[in-house]
Amino acid sequence: MKKVYGSAAEALDGVLFDGMFIAAGGFGLCGIPELLLAAIKDAGTKDLTFASNNAGVDDFGIGILLQTRQVKKMISSYVGENAEFMRQYLSGELELEFNPQGTLAERMRAGGCGIPGFYTKTGVGTVIAEGKDHRDFNGETYILEEGIVADLSIVKAWKADATGNLIFRKTARNFNPPAAMCGKVCIAEVEEIVPTGSLDPDGIHLPGIYVHRLIQGEHEKRIEQRTTRAA
Amino acid sequence: MPWDRNQMAARAAQELQDGWYVNLGIGIPTLVSNYIPDGIEVTLQSENGMLGMGPFPIEGTEDADLINAGKQTITELPQTAYFDSAQSFGMIRGGKIAMAILGAMEVSENGDLANWMIPGKLVKGMGGAMDLVAGVGRVVVVMDHANKHGESKVLRDCTLPLTGKAVVDRIITNLGVLDVVEGGLKIVELADGVTEQELRDLTEATLVA
Repeated sequence: MKKVYGSAAEALDGVLFDGMFIAAGGFGLCGIPELLLAAIKDAGTKDLTFASNNAGVDDFGIGILLQTRQVKKMISSYVGENAEFMRQYLSGELELEFNPQGTLAERMRAGGCGIPGFYTKTGVGTVIAEGKDHRDFNGETYILEEGIVADLSIVKAWKADATGNLIFRKTARNFNPPAAMCGKVCIAEVEEIVPTGSLDPDGIHLPGIYVHRLIQGEHEKRIEQRTTRAA
Repeated sequence: MPWDRNQMAARAAQELQDGWYVNLGIGIPTLVSNYIPDGIEVTLQSENGMLGMGPFPIEGTEDADLINAGKQTITELPQTAYFDSAQSFGMIRGGKIAMAILGAMEVSENGDLANWMIPGKLVKGMGGAMDLVAGVGRVVVVMDHANKHGESKVLRDCTLPLTGKAVVDRIITNLGVLDVVEGGLKIVELADGVTEQELRDLTEATLVA
């Protein structure tokens, strides 16, 4: 089965529809599927719900889909870097569901693993717990959180082989594996597709079973907070 | 003289123990890494997926794929390991991280912590703070004792939405060190030149002997 496509637009052909639910990898601007996001913008798909830790910045990442009003709802843990996001949220144009970061990651992982819900201590006694099932285990209180299954996952990896085995680089791994796992369809964009057999099977970070379509492309990889020390 | 930011960070660094895996929050907690005592080996976790966080890079060697939880460029160390966000919060929620040092807007006498949201103001999100305070072995808060209007941040009850309920173990402020104990807060230490009365005057919470 052929997984490698020629471009982001080709890889997205036939999977996009208005009102769909997309899980995206990335933390801040690190390890975001920037090519697929740009292609979704070009496709004009509307009323999107995104599960993504952050919402990009105004002109990069999911921010570009906020500019074009293609996003209906965000499920995120932190959205502080995006002025257009704030404007749309405060004016009621955009729905926002805050999830604690670890809860969001585990909701993706669980959804991809066939686990519809799990109990966690995170958020007990806070607004996050309101309306959720509470249950005590060994004298401690936990709340029920639900697994996420998305219509589509879009992720960014460093290298892939043609079967979709993925390797990530440094902290650009972040949400990409759990996001990839929770999609009914997963499309990965990578910096390099290498010949099958050239990746160490013991070193695969995400097996190709989770990846349905694959593209290679040039990435801008923008740095959000360039911080250095004296030499 | 109350402690300044660096003195608070240096005092917080005294909380570290050899062999610990520790998560440092943004702001003063980040400075703690400058004061790790000699002979103590600690491994810093960055919740975006890294153990063994190194210092900021030398200019020209920044790597877009290597950032901390504050989205700043950083470096790796010989013992560094990378992992995904689900595993990162698995080790946090699973109690494998010995301690988190965090900033706060308010702390209450029973250890409630508020540090993520001011109603009516810009809401940015809790990030990983709720997971950290719920999961790590010990939570140490580093903050100014009072806000810029001179009002105590060490309260009977928090007025802001909580990050976690009864999660704080120790509070390090510019005036001293307080522990959350049965019935209220206990003064552990005063900053150099700060009197007990000065600390009491800026503490709304119940202080117990």
